[in-house]
Amino acid sequence: MAKLLLLMVLSVGMTTFVPEHQVEGFSEQVIQKGATGDDVIELQARLQYIGFYNGKIDGVFGWETYWAVINFQEEFDLELVDGLVGEKTKDMLLRATEFDKEWVHEQIRSGKDFTHYGGQEPYAPRDQKEGDKGEQPPEGQAEQPQEGQPDGEQQPQEGEQPQEGEGTPEEQPDQGAQQAPEDEEAVPEEAPQEEAPEEEGAPGESAVNVPGGFSQNDIELMAKAVYAEGRGEPYNGQVAIAAVILNRLESDEFPDSISGIIYEPLAFEAVDDGQINLEPDEQSREAVMDAINGWDPSGDAIYYFNPDTATSDWIWSRPQIKRIGKHIFMK
Amino acid sequence: MSGALRWIIYVVLLIGVIGAVIWGYQEQQEKNAVLIKAENNYQRAFHDLSYRVDLLNEKIDTVLAMNTPDRLSPQMTDIWKITSEAQADVAQLPLTLLPFNKTEEFLSNIGDFAYEVAIRGLDDDPLDDEEMEVLRELSEQSDEVRSDLRSVQHQVLNDGLRWMDVEVELATNEPRDNSIIDGMQTIEKNAESYDVFNETAGLTVTPDEQDEIQLEGEDHTEEEVSQKIREFFELDDNVELTITETGEGADLPMFNVSFDTEELHGYAEVTKQGGHVLSYLLSRDLEENEIGLHEGMNQAQELLDDLDFDDLDVVESIQYDKVGVYEFVHKEDDILYYPDGIQVKVALDTGEIIGLTARDYVLNQETRTDLDFEASLTPEEAKEEVNPNLEIYEERLTVIENDLGEEVLTYEIIGTIDSTTYRVFINADTGFEERVERLKQSEEVYS
Repeated sequence: MAKLLLLMVLSVGMTTFVPEHQVEGFSEQVIQKGATGDDVIELQARLQYIGFYNGKIDGVFGWETYWAVINFQEEFDLELVDGLVGEKTKDMLLRATEFDKEWVHEQIRSGKDFTHYGGQEPYAPRDQKEGDKGEQPPEGQAEQPQEGQPDGEQQPQEGEQPQEGEGTPEEQPDQGAQQAPEDEEAVPEEAPQEEAPEEEGAPGESAVNVPGGFSQNDIELMAKAVYAEGRGEPYNGQVAIAAVILNRLESDEFPDSISGIIYEPLAFEAVDDGQINLEPDEQSREAVMDAINGWDPSGDAIYYFNPDTATSDWIWSRPQIKRIGKHIFMK
Repeated sequence: MSGALRWIIYVVLLIGVIGAVIWGYQEQQEKNAVLIKAENNYQRAFHDLSYRVDLLNEKIDTVLAMNTPDRLSPQMTDIWKITSEAQADVAQLPLTLLPFNKTEEFLSNIGDFAYEVAIRGLDDDPLDDEEMEVLRELSEQSDEVRSDLRSVQHQVLNDGLRWMDVEVELATNEPRDNSIIDGMQTIEKNAESYDVFNETAGLTVTPDEQDEIQLEGEDHTEEEVSQKIREFFELDDNVELTITETGEGADLPMFNVSFDTEELHGYAEVTKQGGHVLSYLLSRDLEENEIGLHEGMNQAQELLDDLDFDDLDVVESIQYDKVGVYEFVHKEDDILYYPDGIQVKVALDTGEIIGLTARDYVLNQETRTDLDFEASLTPEEAKEEVNPNLEIYEERLTVIENDLGEEVLTYEIIGTIDSTTYRVFINADTGFEERVERLKQSEEVYS
């Protein structure tokens, strides 16, 4: 704890002492694979600016971003090629690239596909620059591939990108960024966009981390089941319900999809009486995530029941593992 | 005046009554329509099931008379497909409470067996006598299931039995006098005796049920555990601990401890033997993020060091909004042991560790007997076994559990094809491609 405090003091100190150096720069955190947020957006945009990253700027540090960082670190002769974006890597990125936070975030918010390769000037409306098309790419390339070229495999393909991108529809958001069409389009798109961030993650990111093999919708369906079955139960009881669903997924005796398990007739009372259709709360979503991430308070159970309301005799005959709240969990 | 008023009331009432009758009739019609749809779904699943088990039996019988691998392999694949369809049918019927799980297991075992035979090179490795014996038994048993199902089906069709009644009876546990339930129970009862796979040596299709696991160390009492938890979480004396013991169904006897402080709800599992804290979760409201994923990882690492979990390496870190979740695995002689995993959850507002589960780590460490994994392949040789289109970035030695549930030493090779990242596990001894995974951990936000 003391360490943490110290660190926070230090970081506050850093930002106050070197404000000029990091005007538009990253925050102090070391960015690593799996992270999400504004720093990741900046990282992806900067890597794309110099052609190391071809993926979507979505604010999630996934594998594609990771390889881009590795390539960048190798290319720019950084001592540590570790995929961690620390101070040195950030400095190098700041020197080698440009990043316009407002513009990039604007594009993400409006939900458009866009690219951020160096040499295009996002501010200038594209249609005025017909003549620039010839000039632009060389400029972009002059800055970048000279350092980047030796990369062999990766680079040639990426070096092409600025040219390729120049004329393609992908670029169109450039025009929209500043002009009237933006508004027309933004209105219908903005509305759903606005509720997404509050549910799914910090504003700005257009993607979220999901555990391997699960979609957000699977998680939502499980959260509905957990909420319907385990409202008012202690948190660990809710995690245990989610864990039972996952344990059934492993079992030969049950269907092998989340939906198959949840909607199996008579398997869950709250599904049969329609409570499954209630809107789950945040806590049940967390419980599902914990279960998927490996917590299993049920102790490998594949059944559970409420002894006060259970009607089946058979259910009493199973070996019981433990009781959490109102539910007894069983093999 | 009063006469006219009376008439008006009569008329209004009459309209009301007629209205109610019409409304009631429509409601009734609608309810019936819904019931019929639900019943039809059940009927379809049931008739499909009967048909597929019949087909399954026929296919198994045909296999018995087959001689060439060229025919056998597709036939086995067919059997595999039919069993999985039959299982899907069972899952759509209200049989969970019957129960009907032995029959489902029976179907699943046939499927696994058929799959394993179908994918192996039958030219070099034909069915042996033992397997033929298994097939003969499966033929008999599936015939029994088939004929029972057909007879229930006959009753359903002849007497107009409804699955909706089955559902109601099972859900309310009324005294059962229902031919469908009786029929299905007979099938389930017979299925309990179908353990051809367990009898036949060397053919363990379903992994053995884990016996109760013995850990080293003395048995801990409730008081000792309570003491331990208080120290571990630095709880005040006035915080009340609820401690329960696991029942007979648990494979590892444990104490479950839960407590509520002003800020949070806590839950922990402590083994009875040895008093290891296997798992805990603290749930509380999280504030805005103050630290990054990387700093959270350092915190997690520190905690694990304090808890004397040595030789760990982080293999995965993911940020879910306000928490960071990290997976650590055991590392020994530069080999990563994936089965020995520890998950740690860190709150990114304060850096506090709000969850830990070390169950897999402790159990595997305690129960693993032999540790002599040896790589006879060099990394270069292993890389040659990989799809040449894969651009390889990283490779390392890892122990994983393969599809047969055995622990094997593999080269874990990570690389990309186009922009997609893959992870390939090549057996370090035989060069066998144990597993190929597409790595993906983010999903776009749908709106």
